[in-house]
Amino acid sequence: MRDRLSIIFAGAVVGLLAVILVLQGNPANMGFCVACFIRDIAGGLGLHRAGVVQFLRPEIIGLVLGAFVTALYVREFKSTGGSSPLMRFLLGMLMMTGALIFLGCPLRMILRLAGGDWNALVALPGYVLGVWFGTLFLKKGFTLGRSQEQTAVNGYAGPFIAAVLLILLVTAPAFIFFSEEGPGSMAAPLFLTLGAGLLVGILAQRTRLCTMGAIRDLILFKDYHLFLGFAAIFVVALVGNLFTGQFIPGFEDQPVAHVSSLWNFLGMTVVGFAAVLAGGCPMRQLILTGEGQSDALLTVFGMGTGAAFMHNFGLAGSPAGVSPAGQWIAIISLALLFIIGISNVNLHRKAKTKDYSKAS
Amino acid sequence: MSELVDCRGLSCPEPVMLARQALQETGNGTVQVVVSNAVALDNVTRAANQMGWQVSVEEEGEEFKLSIKK
Repeated sequence: MRDRLSIIFAGAVVGLLAVILVLQGNPANMGFCVACFIRDIAGGLGLHRAGVVQFLRPEIIGLVLGAFVTALYVREFKSTGGSSPLMRFLLGMLMMTGALIFLGCPLRMILRLAGGDWNALVALPGYVLGVWFGTLFLKKGFTLGRSQEQTAVNGYAGPFIAAVLLILLVTAPAFIFFSEEGPGSMAAPLFLTLGAGLLVGILAQRTRLCTMGAIRDLILFKDYHLFLGFAAIFVVALVGNLFTGQFIPGFEDQPVAHVSSLWNFLGMTVVGFAAVLAGGCPMRQLILTGEGQSDALLTVFGMGTGAAFMHNFGLAGSPAGVSPAGQWIAIISLALLFIIGISNVNLHRKAKTKDYSKAS
Repeated sequence: MSELVDCRGLSCPEPVMLARQALQETGNGTVQVVVSNAVALDNVTRAANQMGWQVSVEEEGEEFKLSIKK
């Protein structure tokens, strides 16, 4: 019971903070968007030159550092890695590809829905379909293999990079890009964005909140524990939006969104599928990074790299829609996910093995 | 040599899937599961409880040994 209340509480806090962040300056329906914000950071570092989406988003920094401090405190910080690093990097790229076709990570999909953006209602079944694809492979024995304990520096790398980004944000040296217009120029004050990131990082570390796990566990085990968090984000953000006049229902003219239903649907299919194979939604990857998992950090690097490719080659969606090249990349991404899925299935998986643990 | 479900180094949901499979195969009795992180510990415990099994946990260094009984 306590577990259930904590995950509902965590989801509710995410929903509430998302509404507040938008009221205080974040782009509409974008209180939190892990994919968008990692893309903005890639832009801030000059990895892509889409001038309207460049900013070192403090929410991302806060999520990693919040999870890091909490994991240290509860003695869950552990340097691990080495579980198919290349696959994880690629899955990160693909997750970002899908997110930038739809224009949002799963968390933003929930927030867009709570803001009355019906395009997200089209994307939701796409997301569920993607997660379902992933579970088919899990059932067949999909695995990226075991992670190993690594030297401490591997685990501290993620939090260290987050701290460096924070220094760069505050000192704003000339080589860091800051959007002067567009979504990248819109942000709530630093103490709010960083504080919200830290708080959600702490709560998500404790409760394992994951927007992919929510759907995956329902499909695989009929376990609705994580879904309670997913639902709480939606309900609180919806109520918050209704109270603050930010609930504007419709398909057309939604903020940082397009109306190409097929690509909204398929974009999120790619995200859901990739997230299952990578073992967590974009937000969860940041939390795992804070806990010392270098595999998760590689997934985040993949997401940043994916964002750079998507913008450098004009593949990302925009309010005008998805370009033909972008449509192709969505299809190719889906095909790649099937290939990654098939090629990492262990057909000989057995639940029980001989007990060697006493010998080692 | 006894049997166990070795979930060390596996990330979720694999530990839960393997543990559930083992519990279903066993039916009644005791199943030993070893996991290497707190998330897997929580998730396997929750899944086993939901399936009507009793879980006792022993912490051994960086690992957790679960004895799951019905």
